[in-house]
Amino acid sequence: MTTGDPAATGDPRTTGGPAATAPRAPEALGGPGGALLAPPVNQALGELLLAMADDEFVIGYWDSEWTGIAPVLEEDVAFASLAQDEIGHAQALYQLLADLEGGDPDELAYGRAPEGYRHARLLDHPRTDWAFSVARRFLYDTADAARLDALAASAYQPLAGVVAKMRREEAYHLLHMHAWVERLATGGQEPRARLVAAMERLWPDALCVLDGIEGDDLLAEAGVLAEPMAAVRRRWLAGLAPELARLGLPAPPAAQTGACRGPGRSDDFRWLWEQFTMVRRSDPEAVW
Amino acid sequence: MKVLTREAVWEALAEVPDPEIPVVSVVDLGLVHTVELDGELLRVELLPTFVGCPALELIRRSVTDRLAGMAQRVEVEMTFAVPWTSDRITPDGHRKLRQSGFAPPGPAGAGDARPLFATIAMRPTATCPWCGSADTTLENLFGPTLCRTMFWCNRCRQPFEQFKAV
Repeated sequence: MTTGDPAATGDPRTTGGPAATAPRAPEALGGPGGALLAPPVNQALGELLLAMADDEFVIGYWDSEWTGIAPVLEEDVAFASLAQDEIGHAQALYQLLADLEGGDPDELAYGRAPEGYRHARLLDHPRTDWAFSVARRFLYDTADAARLDALAASAYQPLAGVVAKMRREEAYHLLHMHAWVERLATGGQEPRARLVAAMERLWPDALCVLDGIEGDDLLAEAGVLAEPMAAVRRRWLAGLAPELARLGLPAPPAAQTGACRGPGRSDDFRWLWEQFTMVRRSDPEAVW
Repeated sequence: MKVLTREAVWEALAEVPDPEIPVVSVVDLGLVHTVELDGELLRVELLPTFVGCPALELIRRSVTDRLAGMAQRVEVEMTFAVPWTSDRITPDGHRKLRQSGFAPPGPAGAGDARPLFATIAMRPTATCPWCGSADTTLENLFGPTLCRTMFWCNRCRQPFEQFKAV
């Protein structure tokens, strides 16, 4: 899949504002009293939930790799909390997917082969150095924020409820990662050089966080998502542009190419998968 | 046989402590969404404070244990039907938090209308629960549990924790 136009040139006062609501009030879907979803919408929603859950799950595991070895003790606590939040969000999203399509949330989380995960390829990289992890989290969190904004008024009631909680927690992630980006960008030659190099390397993959969802246009029509992913991506980039310009950080490329969400996976992700499935694989039938 | 009232259920719920901050109860924290009495069935819905809070199942079980026997059937469920926010903590809850050295959260507000990215301009503040000074510095947005932030009081030179405004 190829992303055509990030086009971060729009006026942020209009394009960076609250996510546009669907033109007509969409019918409430799912949950108690909500209407059933048409099969193609149901399928696209399943794709979206799996992609989001896998994004949160995999970044949560990567960030937990910093536990005990972050640059300062406070950051150990902070990154462990960020990781715990993300894995909690993944758990809630896997549950929504299990409610929608049947299945078991733990099986979804731990029972697939590496090729079966649908996270964005931004999360195929290892944690690398601190500037790299900061750059990745900042790009991921700001993209995820735009996605959550576009789901805040979702017609799919069960998702709207979980997203309302997630948005309140993610506010702390954004605040924290923004403080780190500012610190590294203005903290002298070496931190700045490392941050810039990491952002340049990660940008094409970061665009994939808001891409690779089959049927996102159907979700927008049904009011599950406020607008198609390409529009969410433009809103994200427009909101971010002034801050990148202020700190003199790399702007996104005009496009990215290649598959965004697998099935090809990096050796680094396969290593992580070995780690996070190790206990379960040792005894898949164990009861906790 | 004594007829079970909603008041009696709320009184029982007020005796269930939060497992991480036991000075406050699940009622003080505003975790109780609904209490329904329908003949033999007593049904209580609770709101998760944080999606990833590891204490959720423990809280659900403590509530179930406390209500056991009050009705023929007792059901306790977690729901995301409305988001729990720290604005649900009662005035009593604020007082108890302060007395045990936690700064209560400031107003969280609706928080839903503006784009999430706008929160990078947010500057959390807290009043010292020990000496009441507003001259405090944010040390870490994250603390020993998901719901806490760490501050330093510049006047009495003590660290303290604040319950996050979410």
